[in-house]
Amino acid sequence: MSTSDEELTWREIEVGAIFTVPGTTADYQTGDWRSQAPSYNFDRCIKCGICQLYCPEGCVGQDEDGYFIADLYWCKGCGICARECPTGVITMVEETE
Amino acid sequence: MGRKVGIEVSIAISEAVKLANADVVAAYPITPQTHIVEHLAELVASGELDAEYIPVESEHSAMSACLGAAATGARAFTATAGQGLELMHEVLYVASSMQLPVVMVVANRALSAPINVWGDHSDMMAVRDTGWVQIVVENGQEAVDNVLCAFCIGEDKRVLLPVMVHIDGFHLTHVVEPIVLPDQADVDDFIPPNEYPLPLDPARPVTMGSFGPPVIYPEIKKRQDVVLRESKEVILENWQRFGEAFGRYYHPVEQYRAEGAKTLLMTMGSTSETAMDAVDRMRDQGMSVGLLKLRLWRPFPFEELLQAVRDADLLVVVDRAISFGGPAGPFCSEVKAALYNQDKKPKVMGFVAGLGGRDIPVGGFEAMVHRGMEIAEKGGGEILETYGVRE
Amino acid sequence: MQNYTVFVPRLVPKKEPFAPGHRACIGCGEALAVRLACKAFPPNTIVANATGCMEVISSQYPMTAWRVPWIHVLFENTAAIASGIEAALKAMARKGLRPDDGTKVVAMGGDGGTSDIGLQALSGALERGHDLLYICFDNEAYMNTGIQRSSATPFGASTTTSPSGIKSIGQKTWKKNMAAIAAAHDIPYVATASHSYPHDLMAKVAKGIAVPGPAYIHILSVCPTGWRSAPDLSIRLGRLAVETGVFPLYEIEDGEYKMSLELPKLRPVEDYLNLQGRFRHLSEDTIKEIQERVVAEYERIKEKTG
Ligand SMILES: Cc1ncc(C[n+]2csc(CCOP(=O)(O)OP(=O)(O)O)c2C)c(N)n1
Ligand code: SF4
Ligand code: SF4
Ligand code: SF4
Ligand SMILES: [Mg+2]
Repeated sequence: MSTSDEELTWREIEVGAIFTVPGTTADYQTGDWRSQAPSYNFDRCIKCGICQLYCPEGCVGQDEDGYFIADLYWCKGCGICARECPTGVITMVEETE
Repeated sequence: MGRKVGIEVSIAISEAVKLANADVVAAYPITPQTHIVEHLAELVASGELDAEYIPVESEHSAMSACLGAAATGARAFTATAGQGLELMHEVLYVASSMQLPVVMVVANRALSAPINVWGDHSDMMAVRDTGWVQIVVENGQEAVDNVLCAFCIGEDKRVLLPVMVHIDGFHLTHVVEPIVLPDQADVDDFIPPNEYPLPLDPARPVTMGSFGPPVIYPEIKKRQDVVLRESKEVILENWQRFGEAFGRYYHPVEQYRAEGAKTLLMTMGSTSETAMDAVDRMRDQGMSVGLLKLRLWRPFPFEELLQAVRDADLLVVVDRAISFGGPAGPFCSEVKAALYNQDKKPKVMGFVAGLGGRDIPVGGFEAMVHRGMEIAEKGGGEILETYGVRE
Repeated sequence: MQNYTVFVPRLVPKKEPFAPGHRACIGCGEALAVRLACKAFPPNTIVANATGCMEVISSQYPMTAWRVPWIHVLFENTAAIASGIEAALKAMARKGLRPDDGTKVVAMGGDGGTSDIGLQALSGALERGHDLLYICFDNEAYMNTGIQRSSATPFGASTTTSPSGIKSIGQKTWKKNMAAIAAAHDIPYVATASHSYPHDLMAKVAKGIAVPGPAYIHILSVCPTGWRSAPDLSIRLGRLAVETGVFPLYEIEDGEYKMSLELPKLRPVEDYLNLQGRFRHLSEDTIKEIQERVVAEYERIKEKTG
């Protein structure tokens, strides 16, 4: 089911309106709900992964150097990672349009 | 070709479920359904039926457990009646919308209050818009045969809908009748394996029962209606197949001495047998009266009904349920609705009779026919015309 | 319990059976609890989900956040749905209709779907002994319909159907003890958990699934929307609920109580209450009443651990 819901006709709906492709919300951008975004000072990062563990969106990944960093496509800017980071790597900064 | 036995209809129904080799039975006892589920429990306990029997704590859970089982790809069965069917109500809609092909026998029972355990059609009428296939039978043989057909119909890939088989409580469930129980090998040939196309399976994760906002809900409902309407072809196909295999044929609208009759009595369920006697008597008296017995309640057999009434001047429709404060009998109002836009159509007179298990004697059907003719001729009549209610 | 400051990321399963892009509110503790629980699932897991926030935010047509087989049917019948799935898996494996691959069944619902409207179906499923794990994600009210009180709403909390006012302190009843109710079914495993203690949560979920027969886990899930708390405080609040003794973490294995965390001294309940708008109206007397009750309850559970 990849067609946008606005375009689907009744004939295209699966048996029982079942979805057969798992995890498709990953295409849905929740990042634009955000009013503030995490910004990082990795100097202090101990790569403990706590920010990743506590993210309700599961949107924190690792860069090439192994630093934990939010994917802004999904990050809703809740500030949990900043609040929980034990070494104060993360600060939340207001999004500017 | 099977063996003919004298057997209580409820027991015969359980034997049919055994022949169909159900995988999961989830049920909660309620009179007059109890003998069906007790015997199924025995069949599982004795190993004659290899199934999981879930003795749930309510009918709501009985239907829910059947949905869980059907979603996993199992052949699921339950039975209920009256209050039990009402307690299931919201789950019934989900069963059809999610296209989970459960088979359920409903031992039709009157609804409280006052509490009453005998048969009428109040429960069946209250669930007519739930999106299930609904088949109504008038004796034990028909019940057995249609339980077998129900699995074929519901599980057919073109349908995948739940199916109710309605039998009148006590009038049917508790009587002993000579019934042919088909041979296992023949049933195995008749019922294909259940292959639900998109079951809950870790190998292929599906999402079932999603949240449907206005942007998609109407499309989902439209599709559901089309699937139910189109299921009639599959129902007819399976009844035909059943007839060829077992020699007993079923039709959406069954006719009895209806050819050329100017007045047609219309019934559903167990009272049809008495109505046949009434028709015999009236035919003997030279009256042009026949009988139509509605077997397929959903999807409603519009074409077959129009065909069956084309020569009649008057229909006398007998309901065993009331639509309180509305057009009196739900069966009658649906027959009227089916005919309304036809150029040539018979008059339709409705009666409500046999509530709460009250018997309708042969003379009762004669009386309703006479009263119907009188109203048709002279006018008058009330919205709710009853038979047999003390004034 | 491990010490989280020396937490090593590779101990946490990387998989995310609950995908991003779900529509939970910003800082939703319930979504985090679901995400963490899913990480502890063995590969063959089927989920049955009750109506409520988690169902709505994860399955809006035509998208799904689920990467495991998932079914939602209604609000109050999820334990019965799961019973049917479990029975089907058993029967089908026995009859050769499906591989006997040890597929597991997890049922989940909110506090309303569990301790109120779904209690009967849950009791039935636990009593019948189905091999399944039921998880209650408890955010202490009917959040999906707009923060109405449930039997799991704590004493004194203001909700839309237990509003505080001149004549009301808010919720007038004490929180229903669901874990004890589940345990009264004499099932092999019951536990409480919190998203603020992720390793403990994941270990309990894994255990609950592995144990043969029914298991029940009650997870306190912070809801910033309904608790009127700052979204970034969700983890801290979960931790404070535990450290104040408001929500003790424990396991009941075959009837034996075991504390999951040794707390030398409970923090005052104000530390927890003061961060939440739903308790803002409480008088000192009411807070004192809550404090006494919390300590007494905590001692009662501790006593059971023998
Ligand atoms: C039979 C029925 N009654 C009421 C509702 C409305 N309803 C849907 S979700 C919900 C509240 C859910 O609360 P809870 O179980 O605590 O889950 P939460 O949303 O808080 O996660 C209610 C009242 C319903 N869907 N079905
Ligand atoms: S929590 Fe802080 S220190 Fe730990 S990995 Fe994330 S940014 Fe680095
Ligand atoms: S701000 Fe919130 S959503 Fe964004 S990465 Fe941090 S924890 Fe995740
Ligand atoms: S209302 Fe509460 S539980 Fe529901 S999605 Fe929002 S934060 Fe999460
Ligand atoms: Mg809740």
